[in-house]
Amino acid sequence: MDAILQFFNEHLILIYLLIFTVILGFEVISKVPTVLHTPLMSGANAVSGVVIIGAIILIRNASANDYLTLSLGAIGVILGMINVVGGFAVTDRMLEMFKKKKKS
Amino acid sequence: MINFIVDISYLLGAVAFVWGLRQMSTPDTARKGNLLAAFGMGLAIVATMIVPMDDAENNYSLILGSMLVGGLGGFTASKKVQMTAMPQMVSIFNGLGGACAVVLAMTELVHFYDGTVAFDKGQLFIILTTLLIGAIAFTGSMLAFAKLQGLVWDSQVTLPKHNIINWILLFATVGMTTYLFLGGAALGMSMAIGLMVLALVYGFSFVAPIGGADMPVVISLLNSFTGLSAAAAGLIYNNQIMLVGGILVGAAGTILTVLMCQAMNRSLFSVLIGGFGGEATAAKSTSGDQIAKVITINDAAIQLYYSQSIMVVPGYGLAVAQAQKITKELDDLLEQNGVDVKYAIHPVAGRMPGHMNVLLAEADVPYPKLLDLEDANSAMTNTDMVIIVGANDVVNPAANDDPNSPIYGMPVLNVWEAKHVVVLKRSMKPGYAGIQNQLFFHEKTKMLFGDAKVSIQKLVSEIKTL
Repeated sequence: MDAILQFFNEHLILIYLLIFTVILGFEVISKVPTVLHTPLMSGANAVSGVVIIGAIILIRNASANDYLTLSLGAIGVILGMINVVGGFAVTDRMLEMFKKKKKS
Repeated sequence: MINFIVDISYLLGAVAFVWGLRQMSTPDTARKGNLLAAFGMGLAIVATMIVPMDDAENNYSLILGSMLVGGLGGFTASKKVQMTAMPQMVSIFNGLGGACAVVLAMTELVHFYDGTVAFDKGQLFIILTTLLIGAIAFTGSMLAFAKLQGLVWDSQVTLPKHNIINWILLFATVGMTTYLFLGGAALGMSMAIGLMVLALVYGFSFVAPIGGADMPVVISLLNSFTGLSAAAAGLIYNNQIMLVGGILVGAAGTILTVLMCQAMNRSLFSVLIGGFGGEATAAKSTSGDQIAKVITINDAAIQLYYSQSIMVVPGYGLAVAQAQKITKELDDLLEQNGVDVKYAIHPVAGRMPGHMNVLLAEADVPYPKLLDLEDANSAMTNTDMVIIVGANDVVNPAANDDPNSPIYGMPVLNVWEAKHVVVLKRSMKPGYAGIQNQLFFHEKTKMLFGDAKVSIQKLVSEIKTL
């Protein structure tokens, strides 16, 4: 119990952030109409590539001869980057099609 | 000073994520929203590159090289993919995000067990959670990809008593996680690898029995898992933007999962148990001796030509036949002759949420012509003719009136309320879920057999001669 209380005290701001982001996320996303569900999903998917930041931190902190960490980190960066770039690019491609019709 | 700039960049990045996703709620601003979110990501990545770290060796060349490889790979893939293959694409990208989280967690665990770093219980818990959710999202997404791509069939990966196996695997995974959590640094890396393997197997196994019409649910669920693993990884590094980004994705995935479940009137639990359509025994067998009426191209063309209003009900069959463009041509032709053409889009039409809208948008169909389930149903009685192209389960009356049907209670398009129904279909085979459809024998229904694309092409040239 003490451990839990201590954890709560130490991470209070983070817990606030967590709860408010959850509420904000549900509010923002529940307004998206059916038409845009696929772009929303692939856009959100690209955002989940934010894990790449962890991989970058990992590599920056590793010493230059720690090959295990470096190679794992590099894999992480590659995977994350595919997710980020591919995700945003493919979403843009889809949304471009939605926009085109406005003119006609 | 530089720390301040980095903090502000993270803050702006997080705001860009939220605002970008918000702009995605209307087609007019959606593209800007996506670019804004991408900008936020770029900002966050640059900030992470320049943030000062104590005794960091940086290894910038490795980071930039990896980013180039991944970026080029992702960019090329995104330009090549066909819109029909979008669900597969999203699944793969999603799986890679999960894999990235696994790699991070495993690296932290390597350092933990060789004594380089010490974690308290809270941190260990977060790392194990990241590993667990990331691994499940990874193999689950990869299997979902293989299924959507048609590389694997449900029956090939489903064992007898699969539900029991899944429960055992789930308990084993949770048990193993608890063991690692309680054991702390005294345990070795082999145990962590064991947990990773177990979670990877569970991810595969939990998606294995789910298929067919449930695919949109699974994809949404896996998407939310990847988001949660990213958020958990954000807690490892005490990094706010990872936390915010991950939670947003988790929320998006969860909402879509719930919406998809509602669209099928199924609980998430029953989707996860799987077997939708696996046991087609419940379907009425009386339909065997019923005869469906057939309509000729000529008659269908004349009926379309003299209708006031037409509703097209597209299903995944339309995408498979690549008939979007020719459907749009038929639409244009009829509109020129004063026929009002609308499209009725069921929420689970296609293989992921909103998939059908994207396919029609690709064919230049203006989105105001796309009606959702409720609007389409209220317009149905004033519709002269419904054309069903490659849809089946979403127009099945059994969902309303046959309590024995596996899809009973699922909201469907009440196409039989229109004056006439024409079904474009290859043969009398049941739909993806393997359920017989009484609509085909309905008094208002006529069948037009053949490949959807060829049939619509014939309709177009026939109407041109009228």
